[in-house]
Amino acid sequence: METEFDGAAIATAAPASDYPPISSYALIGDCRTSALVSRDGSIDWLCLPHFSGPSVFAALLDRRRGGHFSIRPATPYQVERAYIDDTPILRTRFRTETGVLALTDLMPIPPHDHTADMLQPQREILRCVEAIDGEVDVVVRYEPRPNYGRRRIQLRKRGACGWACADRSELYMLHGDVPLTATDNGTALHGRVRLRRGEKRYFSLTYTKSDIGIMMPLAAEADTRLRDTQRFWEDWASKCTYRGPHRSAVIRSMLTLKLLTYQLSGAVVAAATTSLPEWIGGERNWDYRYCWLRDASLTLGAMVDLGFHLEGSAFLAWLLHATRLSQPTLRVLYDVYGETHLYEEPLDHFEGYRRSRPVRIGNGAQSQLQLDAYGSVVLAAFDYVEHGGRLDSVEQRLLRRIGEMVCRCWRQPDHGIWEIRGAARHYTYSKLMCWVALDRLLRLQTHGHLQLPVERFASERDAIRDAIETRGFSQTLGAYSAAFDESIPDASLLLMARYGFKPGTDERIRATFDCVERTLSRGDLVYRYPTEIDGIDGREGAFVIASFWAVDYLVRAGHARAADERFRRLLARANDVGLYGEEIDPANGETLGNFPQAFSHVGVIAAANCLAVAASRGEY
Amino acid sequence: MNYIQLAMSALEAIIVWSFLGTVVLTTILYGSQGMGLSRLSLPFLIGTMFSGNRRNATALGAGFYLIGGFLFGCIYFLVMAHLGIANWWIGALLGGLHGLFLLAAVLPVLPHLHPRMATEYDGPSGERRLEPPGFLGLNYGYRTPLTTILGHAAYGAILGAGFARSITL
Repeated sequence: METEFDGAAIATAAPASDYPPISSYALIGDCRTSALVSRDGSIDWLCLPHFSGPSVFAALLDRRRGGHFSIRPATPYQVERAYIDDTPILRTRFRTETGVLALTDLMPIPPHDHTADMLQPQREILRCVEAIDGEVDVVVRYEPRPNYGRRRIQLRKRGACGWACADRSELYMLHGDVPLTATDNGTALHGRVRLRRGEKRYFSLTYTKSDIGIMMPLAAEADTRLRDTQRFWEDWASKCTYRGPHRSAVIRSMLTLKLLTYQLSGAVVAAATTSLPEWIGGERNWDYRYCWLRDASLTLGAMVDLGFHLEGSAFLAWLLHATRLSQPTLRVLYDVYGETHLYEEPLDHFEGYRRSRPVRIGNGAQSQLQLDAYGSVVLAAFDYVEHGGRLDSVEQRLLRRIGEMVCRCWRQPDHGIWEIRGAARHYTYSKLMCWVALDRLLRLQTHGHLQLPVERFASERDAIRDAIETRGFSQTLGAYSAAFDESIPDASLLLMARYGFKPGTDERIRATFDCVERTLSRGDLVYRYPTEIDGIDGREGAFVIASFWAVDYLVRAGHARAADERFRRLLARANDVGLYGEEIDPANGETLGNFPQAFSHVGVIAAANCLAVAASRGEY
Repeated sequence: MNYIQLAMSALEAIIVWSFLGTVVLTTILYGSQGMGLSRLSLPFLIGTMFSGNRRNATALGAGFYLIGGFLFGCIYFLVMAHLGIANWWIGALLGGLHGLFLLAAVLPVLPHLHPRMATEYDGPSGERRLEPPGFLGLNYGYRTPLTTILGHAAYGAILGAGFARSITL
């Protein structure tokens, strides 16, 4: 498959069937960036130097122009794959008529003691391929397409050092022990090798920006990197304190959250990808490689609940410090360094996953007002303190200013948790989170962590509660509505009990759950809202985290057994390596939206924790 | 007075102007890195001869680079004394030749001398992981010869102009 990647040229569109299902991808990463590997052994998504950097492989969004790096058998095969134990090291096993091939993919993490005196590349992907039975012909194809395929590149052979692809100040070096040949136009490499039982080959792809390149050795040295990385992840996972049911799913979710955490700042990105569609062929295609403040409280709660206080502390520090430039106003989203100029731009030269256009980079939601972000940040700080953390004087001052901001702004309309474009509304969930912000700040004050104007905060908190009860409850629906004075069901309101607005057994809360079940649920899956309200053409799938919120609610309403059954059904909807995207099509179970999605895995952890508490109380 | 005595008598000027020249040279080279014109970092290359720790190598390299700037300042001074001319353009010419020599003669043999640099014959190994520079340092970007010669010419020009101003040859 020759690829034309000049942004100006038009290539023939790939047939939709060329695109593997979104659920066929597995995530590897090093807590700085991540890559998606298909069941066919192809790395179809990789951004460098970090999650929201430009892609070098993006076959996920354009089979012909995006670029990929594939290693697979030359003959037909069947695939099984799994992560190695509690690690994000992926092992894909190809079974052919002549033998069995194992492909191991990882992004190495050097041990601390080792890094002191050995040069390390800025990023590395290590791929090891081994015949474990019989003999197998292996084909390799390498097509780097830096900067979202917008650069014209030339691969150059550097003797025994491998192949270099330079793009301005960036260098991609591929070093392997399988001979590769450049295509006629010099923009791709291909190779073929026959491996017999026990024979192993390696590829190391290293990345360097604005510095002299570092290349990594293969063979025994590569095996050492694999072992070191495996040890790092197993040590890390062993710190998980969760002892409840479905532990392996919880660990996999926490590993996924960790992979989506940018180690250098503590930020957690919403997903590893951009523009995977929420409906095939639809236009709900957004860039999720940024950090949403609305996700903060549930994300931090998931971390500290599982005993990962270091990650929780780093995340809170990022939340409170990266947002400094805009404080006390909080933006909807930030990049991993706290940058807010994330202007949305379409990539017109990409055809999009199964021709779902446009492909977008940046995110237009950054200019919206979302009042729920304030409650989410305060709740994250509250959870952190509840688990033994301490707030310094700068953080205390910031929280107080957030409280004052909430008192001033909660009466304004906004765009809500679902970032619905168009006219602002008085979203009930946003008001709920404003109530949460003031309620938790007052509790922190009571426990001596903050000094606040108590009377004012308390009276505003009560005013918000009154407003929710009088204008947020729809008599038509018989339930709380998505927006004041309207009658729209909204799955985010399943969180009212979790946030302590009312107990799960309260009549109105129960009625809201029933309403969501009646109007938004399809079996165990829950849509977030009726799609016609957002003004965007087309449909979308059921929202994974909303489906887990229903489990959370059922436990709080005293239906732990039903919650556990529902949780098990939802766990069965993860892909073969335990990953969830943003949404699922209830009709066929297909994963939709960006993948994997941190928020969905936060939902797994939160629901599992709820069930664990119920189990420990003997409720089921 | 022989050349060594002459250099000793002008030590203060050599220190001052070679320091200034090195600062400008380093700024040009780091600026080129930052602007994506070249990935060459001479201090890092020098530092990694002594340490595999990136942080230590960068600090050590900067120290050795400063000392090297002074030693080359002495050589420039002696050459200009020998020629009996000191002005900015002779300095720039010497600097340009210096840069060219570095690119054409020193960098290509560096993989055989540098303990942490891979060679294109053997590839990377446990210790040898640094990308080799290739002819004229072109592996580090095709503008590397330009920025290296420009930086060294600026270094030489500052020394030449400084010597002309400070001392009488």
